Amino acid sequence: MGQWAGYLQLILDGAVVTIKLTLMGSALALVMAFLAGLGRLSRFAPVRWLATAYIEFFRGTSIFVQLFWAYFVLPLFGFTLTPLQAGVLALGLNVGAYAAEVVRGAIKSIGKEQYEACTALNFNRWQGLRHVILPQAFVLMLPTFGNNAIELLKASAVVSLISLSDMTFQAQVVRAQTGSTLFPFLTILILYFAIACVISFAIRGLERHLTRGLDGIRS
Amino acid sequence: MEWDWAFVIQILPTLIEGAKITILATVLGYILAAVVGLAIAIVRRSKNKLVSRPMGFVAEFIRGTPLLVQLYFIFYVLPDLGLTLSPLVAGVIGLGLHYGTYTAEVYRAGIDNVARGQWEAAKACNLNAWQTWTQVVLPQALPPMIPALANYFIAMFKETPLLSAITVLELMNQARSIANYNYRYIEPITLVGAFFLIISLISVVGLRWLERRYGRID
Repeated sequence: MGQWAGYLQLILDGAVVTIKLTLMGSALALVMAFLAGLGRLSRFAPVRWLATAYIEFFRGTSIFVQLFWAYFVLPLFGFTLTPLQAGVLALGLNVGAYAAEVVRGAIKSIGKEQYEACTALNFNRWQGLRHVILPQAFVLMLPTFGNNAIELLKASAVVSLISLSDMTFQAQVVRAQTGSTLFPFLTILILYFAIACVISFAIRGLERHLTRGLDGIRS
Repeated sequence: MEWDWAFVIQILPTLIEGAKITILATVLGYILAAVVGLAIAIVRRSKNKLVSRPMGFVAEFIRGTPLLVQLYFIFYVLPDLGLTLSPLVAGVIGLGLHYGTYTAEVYRAGIDNVARGQWEAAKACNLNAWQTWTQVVLPQALPPMIPALANYFIAMFKETPLLSAITVLELMNQARSIANYNYRYIEPITLVGAFFLIISLISVVGLRWLERRYGRID
């Protein structure tokens, strides 16, 4: 039993890497989602095209290919990334593209009268977005953002293939050292599921917090 | 290091071999996902909570964990339990089970959208459960699901490179072995990316058409 404790420690070390990757990737994804999502709604056509190209490109190719491209091809152009940087970059940009569509959809779903109210209050575009539109749209985005964060957590397992020692990588190490297959893989499956549960629980809490006092106002 | 077209032409036949396996795995995996999803959706609707609750938990568990780890599980753990699968079969089962939990949600939403009156009408016509499903509910529930189901088909197609991790010789694995053998990464990996991008862009057009054709609920 003492032997397994050591291997469990190894897997927990990997879990820390996975959590770090998920948090940093989600942060990047959130920034990209708002940049590209708002970009698609821009008044300026070139900004719209740029945002559309980013979204279609990153949604159109596989995360796996993007990660390999970031890790193996970018160095040939002079950008050498550590596995962690390549992982965060690929995960953040990929999930950000999906989340950008969420941002766009939520903003477009805000009723016309809210925009008219902004005009009536003499807000400029930025003020209207900041004080009227986004506070309402953000609540609509949250549940899907939660799903996106879980997708990012799941996608983070592929970084084990560019030799970043995340949970999946450590499970492979344990398998190679002990020959046991059920223990490492079942353990990490449960850990991944636990992290996913924490994410959806946190998002639900945040949603409750943000919608407090809005019951009966929102339909 | 720059782009070398001669090298591209040299490696193209190998990549096409890989692309065939990629497409085969996607199609087989999707057929499995469609069947598994329907089974999960129907079991989850069961009135017996001892059946529907555990099924719901299993589906949530599969959806909350990475496909890559599930593939490892199928590929490495099952042989220890006495069930040895070829890499492609293990990959297809992994894809099918994982995406089955997604298609199950599509089926569930589609079935929930069938009006209550239709169920009551089926009962009034004295149809049994099988007849109710095959002749009343599914013919109405399926067409609006088609765009969402097609969407998961494309999503699954983009996940097939994961099969390379369990030694299936699909497109990504061929590209990696070419890259490692020749120590040239730029062409193989970029070509794989281009392949996925082109197929995805074409399928976006197809998806829009499906949405127009079947998506509206009247």
